[in-house]
Amino acid sequence: MTGIDARFRLDWPGFTLDVDLALPGRGVTALFGHSGSGKTTLLRCIAGLERAREGRLTVNGEVWQDERHWLPTHKRPIGYVFQEASLFPHLSVLGNLRYGMKRMFDPQRVSLDHAIELLGIGHLLDRKPDRLSGGERQRVGIARALSVSPRLLLMDEPLAALDLKRKQEILPYLERLHDELDIPVLYVSHSPDEVARLADHLVAMEDGKVLADGPLGNTLARLDLPIRLGEDAGVVIEAMVAERDANWHLIRVDFAGGQLWVRDNNMPLGHHARVRILARDVSLSHDKGEDTSILNALPARVTAIADDSHPALALVRLDTGDTPLIARLTKRSANHLALRPGMEVWAHIKAVALIG
Amino acid sequence: MLTDSELQAIWLTVRLASIVTLILLLIGTPIAWWLARTKSCWKGPVGAVVALPLVLPPSVLGFYLLLAMGPYGPVGQLTEALGLGRLPFTFWGLVVASVFYSLPFMVQPLQSAFEGIGERPLEVAATLRASPIDAFFTVAMPLAAPGFLTAAILTFAHTVGEFGVVLMIGGNLPGVTRVASVQIYDHVEAMEYASAHRLSAVMLVFSFFVLLVLYAWRPGAKKGA
Repeated sequence: MTGIDARFRLDWPGFTLDVDLALPGRGVTALFGHSGSGKTTLLRCIAGLERAREGRLTVNGEVWQDERHWLPTHKRPIGYVFQEASLFPHLSVLGNLRYGMKRMFDPQRVSLDHAIELLGIGHLLDRKPDRLSGGERQRVGIARALSVSPRLLLMDEPLAALDLKRKQEILPYLERLHDELDIPVLYVSHSPDEVARLADHLVAMEDGKVLADGPLGNTLARLDLPIRLGEDAGVVIEAMVAERDANWHLIRVDFAGGQLWVRDNNMPLGHHARVRILARDVSLSHDKGEDTSILNALPARVTAIADDSHPALALVRLDTGDTPLIARLTKRSANHLALRPGMEVWAHIKAVALIG
Repeated sequence: MLTDSELQAIWLTVRLASIVTLILLLIGTPIAWWLARTKSCWKGPVGAVVALPLVLPPSVLGFYLLLAMGPYGPVGQLTEALGLGRLPFTFWGLVVASVFYSLPFMVQPLQSAFEGIGERPLEVAATLRASPIDAFFTVAMPLAAPGFLTAAILTFAHTVGEFGVVLMIGGNLPGVTRVASVQIYDHVEAMEYASAHRLSAVMLVFSFFVLLVLYAWRPGAKKGA
């Protein structure tokens, strides 16, 4: 039995967490929302760091909490990465890594060497935490969480305390984690960028409640959600590098609904990549428009139209093959094109971001 | 230089202060830990009781302890029932009284050291499979090490410096309860100013060096934490 069943109700003055979720027991699940949405509290409930009076938690068939049982944190087979690395200041990097390893009760599935290699911290082992940079500290924090061979990895905004450069430094390591280790991850984040890059499954939260929950692609393409994402509204598409045009420094990526030309970033042919298309970068027209600077035009069918946050704007959901897209346009344009569900249009895509 | 009876008094003082410090490390640590972490409504009252010896005249504390340990007091009846005899005017009576008297000097530095650690390192330890007791010994204690040093030195020094409680509980028995401070009092009463000077000077130098160690050490210890 795989999967995480989590039901929690927690009342604090001015805040109520009330969730009932069934999450996949594999891949990366993002708990996404603004600060105060309850995503960290939910993660802490799953770790046993917070105790919801009413709660039920089953992880891959094992009961961690119900009316009668409550497994304390130190007996849960988890790894936890805190927002600040929170390394033990009195121990060296190696001491930090060994702390959990010595106490591990599960069979070892991630060797210390593998964790050290995965996060690239081999040259730091003898240092004390106060001699590390912020990015290095967080990499040690992640390796330390892996050192106990967790059956579930919980990450609470591991990049939020870092500047953009450090984020870029760590993200590749997180992607390797995703690709190389078969450990389900719950990843708390308020950054649409991180979610687009890392998540397979998305739980959007607001005011202690679950707003939307489902596979990343479908959930991002829901029209009730993008309103809250503002400028970050868009979709993420799984694609594969299919062709390289060395002349123009472009590569072609294929996905279920068609193909796109994007800037060559030296990914090898056959590589699986994610493509992010923001709603504001998609415009619509009735014809393909050969004489345009826009490289990518996809035939699509309108499936839904909804109001956006500003009264001048509308969000349009499209299907290209089986892949959903979202376009943001003015209502005047929508009226001018006489858009309605079922209509065939051309989606012109101004910008495509290849993410990992 | 110092006479035998003075050396005896100094030795007795050191012995008393060492034993009291050890006992208070054992008693004061759990009290401080509880005070630092509890959300119970008893935190206030317990904290106030622990701090009482800071403001109470030593004679008041000594008076109540004398009553409690006397033949009609609850402690006295208990010790007699256990066949331990009576505590007042014995060395161990002095130890018990000093434990109460010096309690805040152990508990308060430890409490603020524990509070300074915060919740996070203990949460980290729990996610790394450490039970609460394990986490206390392997995370909280090392991180609070400067606090332990401060608390132990303050407790030791404060016990060396006590006078009123000793007089109430211990009286003035050579080799049993006559500690340095009482010996000085004796010298002065007997107009032996030269002897009072010598012993006072020893106490003064000792106290200064204890505090010097404490204040010179602390910034370094802080940086490490």
